[in-house]
Amino acid sequence: MEAYKRIQLSRKSGRPTGLDFVNHVVTDFFEMHGDRRFADDPAIVAGVGRLCGKPITVIAQEKGHTMKERTFRNFGSPHPEGYRKALRLMKQAEKFGRPVLCFVDTSGAFCGTGAEERGQGLAIAENLCEMMTLKVPILTVFIGEGGSGGALALAVADQVWMLENAYYAVISPEGCASILWKDSKKVREASDSLRCVPEDLLELGLIERILPESDQDALWRTLPLELSEEFDALEAMTSEERCAKRYARFRKMGVFKE
Amino acid sequence: MLKSANFKPSRNQLENMGVATAGSGFTEQPQVPDQLCTKCPGCGKTIFTSDMRANLWMCPSCGYHFKYPARKHLLKICDENSFEEWDTGLRSTDFLHFPGYAVKLKSARLNSRENESVISGKAAIEGEPCAIFAMDSRFMMGSMGSVVGEKITRLFERATEERLPVIGFTLSGGARMQEGTTSLMQMAKTSGAVKYHSDAGLLYITVLTNPTTGGVTASFAMEGDILLSEPGALIGFAGPRVIEQTMRQKLPKGFQSAEFLLEKGFLDGIVPRPEQRKVLAQLLRLHRKEA
Ligand SMILES: [Zn+2]
Repeated sequence: MEAYKRIQLSRKSGRPTGLDFVNHVVTDFFEMHGDRRFADDPAIVAGVGRLCGKPITVIAQEKGHTMKERTFRNFGSPHPEGYRKALRLMKQAEKFGRPVLCFVDTSGAFCGTGAEERGQGLAIAENLCEMMTLKVPILTVFIGEGGSGGALALAVADQVWMLENAYYAVISPEGCASILWKDSKKVREASDSLRCVPEDLLELGLIERILPESDQDALWRTLPLELSEEFDALEAMTSEERCAKRYARFRKMGVFKE
Repeated sequence: MLKSANFKPSRNQLENMGVATAGSGFTEQPQVPDQLCTKCPGCGKTIFTSDMRANLWMCPSCGYHFKYPARKHLLKICDENSFEEWDTGLRSTDFLHFPGYAVKLKSARLNSRENESVISGKAAIEGEPCAIFAMDSRFMMGSMGSVVGEKITRLFERATEERLPVIGFTLSGGARMQEGTTSLMQMAKTSGAVKYHSDAGLLYITVLTNPTTGGVTASFAMEGDILLSEPGALIGFAGPRVIEQTMRQKLPKGFQSAEFLLEKGFLDGIVPRPEQRKVLAQLLRLHRKEA
């Protein structure tokens, strides 16, 4: 399928959102609010629950379904306090020794005045640093849009999985077309050039798995089991081994001549 | 070795022809053209380009900091003949066959006379040893692709091994979109290397220069123990135009400037070019571990 069609599917309304994934994958969920510094960011839902019976910390970017929900969730574009809440809960997970599961679905971190004033860049940078050496397993699933640094701030993980109709890009195809070619109509060409759909990313070694999504019920049935199995495998390692592997996972990313 | 004799004045003829354009998210501010005179964006006065260049690339009238070529900046900061360049052989490739990237790389190399937008190595400042890097606006606006990510990562890994503090002059329009998601991953890779350097108890000082935005701001630029900036530098995650489009309003003057960030609590200090060497040496000495 054409890359741009895939990107459009990833944004389609009616698609399960982060909170839908939390509700289908995790039982006994208790949401926790706030970054303890400024505010609670509704674009990120986070809390504790159980995955196949075992306690887990879950963090999800949430876009909302109705217009009212979408406005409340800022269309899934987090502010710095969202990333700081996520980090707070990751550190809490580390303290209590439970794994972290993240669901990514954002067109990007919010690009507004408040976000800048409160250090959007710093908030993302801190997550990248802290997640790299977090002592508990981290697994991130891309369920829709994976917009640049705003997605990566929840994706410095031991494994990254993607739904079939998700994307993960350095810039939105619209942004790319308008910056590079000063022509927003070249969005199709940009979508192809960015190589941001799951098959490309698997081939480039940037993700581990693609999850088929044609049968939604099957996905709700199998996903918790598959996640739980992967967490078991990750927990079989010592935290030192796991952190070393996590760093090595990113360390090898990059193509150049020498 | 860095020697001033090795540096010829930069020729911006490709830029004037419109061949080399920024590959990153944001428009370039007025570059210094290869002309006798330059209009200062700070005070609006017309100044002699040679006077500006002789004055650490600052306006002789108001002190406006023009974009400093990375190698010239390093030369002014480091002790004479102390700079040993690392990882000079790394070259970017157009591995995604991204439209126009191969040509852009070629013109960036010609335009900047550098192999990439970051120069890294080891040096001494007033006798204090450190690992050091600087980024160059003339190479695709300091955008970060695989080579920048790899050079920064190697610098921090080697600094960790040799137990050296790191000093970094950042300048970037963001992640390099022509290398797709792989560019984005450089943010995580460099952050990991910074974290291990930090966990080893070693010092990292960043000096943010105009402009530092996008993926570089959201990774190694903001991860220093001490965050300094040049006066007037634009520092942000999103570029001003993107914010204006999102908010549908004009930004107030000075929004995202170094002075604004200092007031909001995101910088330790603003250090103009004539004081940088002294301040960096002082901070290095204050963190020196006596044997
Ligand atoms: Zn001036």
